[in-house]
This record gives sequence, C-alpha cells and structure tokens, in this order.
Amino acid sequence: MSVRQLIKSFTLWEFILAHWLTLKYFFKPKATINYPYEKSPISPRFRGEHALRRYPNGEERCIACKLCEAVCPAQAITIEAEPRADGSRRTTRYDIDMTKCIFCGFCQEACPVDAVVEGPNFEYATETREELLYDKAKLLANGDKWERAIAANLEADAPYR
Amino acid sequence: MIPILQYTGLPFGGAWVLATVIEILLIMLPVMLAVAIVIYVDRKIWAAMALRRGPNVVGPFGVLQSFADAVKVFLQETIIPAAANKALFLIAPIITFTVAMLAWAVMPFAKGVVLADINVGLLYILAVSSLGVYGVVIAGWASNSKYPFFSAMRAAAQMISYEVSIGFILVCVVLWAGSFNVGAIVEAQRGFGFGVINGFWCSPLLFPVWVMFLISSLAETQRAPFDLTEAESELVAGYQTEYSSMAFALYWLGEYANVLLMCALNATLFWGGYLPPLNFPVFYLVPGLIWLIAKILFGFFLFSWIKATVPRYRYDQLMRLGWKIFLPLSLGFVVVISGYLMATGHFA
Repeated sequence: MSVRQLIKSFTLWEFILAHWLTLKYFFKPKATINYPYEKSPISPRFRGEHALRRYPNGEERCIACKLCEAVCPAQAITIEAEPRADGSRRTTRYDIDMTKCIFCGFCQEACPVDAVVEGPNFEYATETREELLYDKAKLLANGDKWERAIAANLEADAPYR
Repeated sequence: MIPILQYTGLPFGGAWVLATVIEILLIMLPVMLAVAIVIYVDRKIWAAMALRRGPNVVGPFGVLQSFADAVKVFLQETIIPAAANKALFLIAPIITFTVAMLAWAVMPFAKGVVLADINVGLLYILAVSSLGVYGVVIAGWASNSKYPFFSAMRAAAQMISYEVSIGFILVCVVLWAGSFNVGAIVEAQRGFGFGVINGFWCSPLLFPVWVMFLISSLAETQRAPFDLTEAESELVAGYQTEYSSMAFALYWLGEYANVLLMCALNATLFWGGYLPPLNFPVFYLVPGLIWLIAKILFGFFLFSWIKATVPRYRYDQLMRLGWKIFLPLSLGFVVVISGYLMATGHFA
C-alpha cells in the first residue's frame, strides 16, 4: 500500500467524496412520479383494459366473426353468437378472462370493425378473481366509459397503420 | 418529585417508587414516540438520497406512516414455527427492546436531570448495550432455522468485536473527562475548545476517536454498511426471518431505539450533550433538552446518510476493520491521550 493510498484510506477520503455526492442528490428534485396524483403520459398504442365499442348510433360494433377468439394466444376470449330478431348476426356471449389475457393486442388487430380494443385504462385492480372474468355487459360498459379516449387514441395512431 | 408525592400522604418508599415509575414513563414514552418518528425520518432521508419520495401518503408528508405500520402489524398473526423453542423465541425480541430502553436511564437531559445519576454511568451503558447481543443470538437459536442461525453467529461476532474498540474509545473520553458519570462527562466539555466550543470533538486528539466511535456504533447497531446480520441477499432477513407481527415490530423498534441510543451517546460524549454547541450565553437561552434533541437528530441524519451512501461490507472486511484497524488504533489513542494528559498535568 503506497503512502498516498494509506493517507487516503485513513482520512476516509473516498467516503467523504461519496457522502458529498449523496448530499447533493438529497437536495435534488425527486425523480419519482407521485403516482396516484401524477401519472406518466402513455402512448396511444397503450394496451390496457379491454372494451367493446359501439357505433355513434348506439349499435354495438361486434359482428361475432370470432376472429379475436381464434387469434387469442391465451384463449382468453369466449364468444357465442346467433342471429338477432332483426336478422343481424350478434354475440349472445362475449367473455374475456382478464386473468388469462396477456395483453398482446392481437384481438384488436384482428377485429375488422374496431369493436374490441385495448383502452388506455390500467387501473382496474379488483379484490376478487371473479371480478376479472369480464362479460359482454362489462366490456360494453367499458366501451361507453372510455369511448372518447379510445377514439382519440385510434385517431392519433391512424396515420401509422 | 418525591416531596410532592409525600405531601399527599405516601410514605417515603411508596413515594420513591411512584416517582421513579413516573420518571421512567416520562423518558420511555417520548423515546418510543421518537423511535416511531425516526423510522419515518430514516425512510425519508434514504428515499431523498435515492431521488425517491419515501412515505408521503399517511398524514401530512406521511409522518404517520410508522403508526399505520404499527397498526397493520398489530392486526397480523404471530406465527411461531413448529420447530422453534417457543419461550426463547418470544423472549428474544423483548430482550432486544428492553435492553435498548434500559440504557436511557443514565442519559442526562439537562444539568442534573437524569433518572439514575450513578457514578459509573458509562460502564452501565457498556454493560447494558452488550446485553443486546443476547436478543439476537437467542432469536437466531430459538428460530431453529438456518438463516437466522447464521445471522445470529455473525451478529455475536460483530457486536463483540466492535464492543472492544468502543470500550477503548470510551476510555479515552473517560480519561479526559476524569469521570465515569455521564453528567460529569458532559460538564467536562463545557468550553472545552478554547473556552468557546462545547464538546470533545474539536480536539485534534479526540476527533479521530469520535470518527472511530461513529463507525463502531454503526457496527454495534448493525446499521448499513455493517448490516451483515440482515444481509438480505445472503440471509433472507437475518435473525428476524421467522418473526412476524408484534415480535417483528419489537425488533424493528429495538433496532431503532438502539440507533437512537448510539446517537444520544455520540451527542453526550463528543458533542457536549445538553450544552449548546458554542459556549456563548445567548445559546444558553435555548433549553438544554432542545440542544440534546437537535444533536441526536443530527447524529441520526449522519447514520441515515451513511446508510444511503455506503454499500455493505463483506464479512471478512468487517472483521479486519474491527480487529486489525480499530483495535490497535483505539488502543494507540488510549496510550497517546493518556500520555498527553500526563504530560500536560491533566491529572495533577
């Protein structure tokens, strides 16, 4: 050990430098986002909670083609369909098991009518597992709730598709 | 306080017991409250140095976080492992906590304001803080689980190693103060530096001793960078691994009470205790208790600061520092300081 090194280690020189550094950081503004009150911006392509959309006249978009059910790699989607009274083909059951879903976004890519989408919402934690087994009513309600944000996101992303 | 209680018709013995109990509560309750707050402060400082926010939800700026944690922990189940030695398992956290509280008995809060004004106060502190290792060792043994056991072995070796050098460091202070009484040691620091600075730290001979004391007290309380006993990458949570609920909380409290105690010792032995930092009459307008608390808090800031800065030592480095550097160094300082004091006629 050289004399220089000896003096350095006995005067705790590097410790003092390190503490000076951390003291400078102590007074710096915080890097953490104050989460429930502040949120970081998310991309228009963000794949969050699913929703089933409607046309502006209130008619549901989904035509029960079952492409999403077929493409879903986690097999989280279950669809049953039959003709409605007016002759149009509609789903009688549209379930997404959110505990199976891997949020790959294939369902919204497969959808020919932009009916099933993954919206910007990511805060839907529940207290029970059963609440995460979404049915058609829940998905349509999500669509109604998030329609403005979803439509804005789709529009923002449209030039790149 | 005893005469007042006697006035109500109590005999002297009864009045003495009652007065002592009241005084104990007067010390213990604020200390426990301080522990709760200091845990929050520690988390905040640590977070700030890592550019995080720390607890900020419970109460204004999150100050009630510790109390929320306490309530949570109260509501949890105390799990006792089937293979554990039940009695020892439950006694261990109580020992840690009690011992951390005991040493406050000789801490002077102002001139003459001390629960037990015993002649050998410093020896008492040494004796009591040495007992702290039993809480850890018993926990490690009684848990009947390998990680707590390893941790207890480490803790025992670590605390004993650094107690040796702490002993020599205290000898330096005692030599200079000429007394084992903690109050007398504080009074010896009045105007110590050219009649201006109160505190032993300003002497060029005692300043390195203070640095050694600070580092040894980190090791003694198993704070970072010497928190090998709970090195989570190796030992899960160390000797606390099998503990849950209130037993765990007692360890948590005891650990921080120990840290506070070490900060208080630091303040009383080197920074002039309840005396103001500078020996000017203006500063004496502020009560001594305020100065003591300020010094303890500053000491605690140092502890948190170090925790936020220095990475954990390896075990052999810890032992090398304790036995090969601190022990000879502190012994050397005892020799040098006593020689200096003899030469300058301090004992005459």
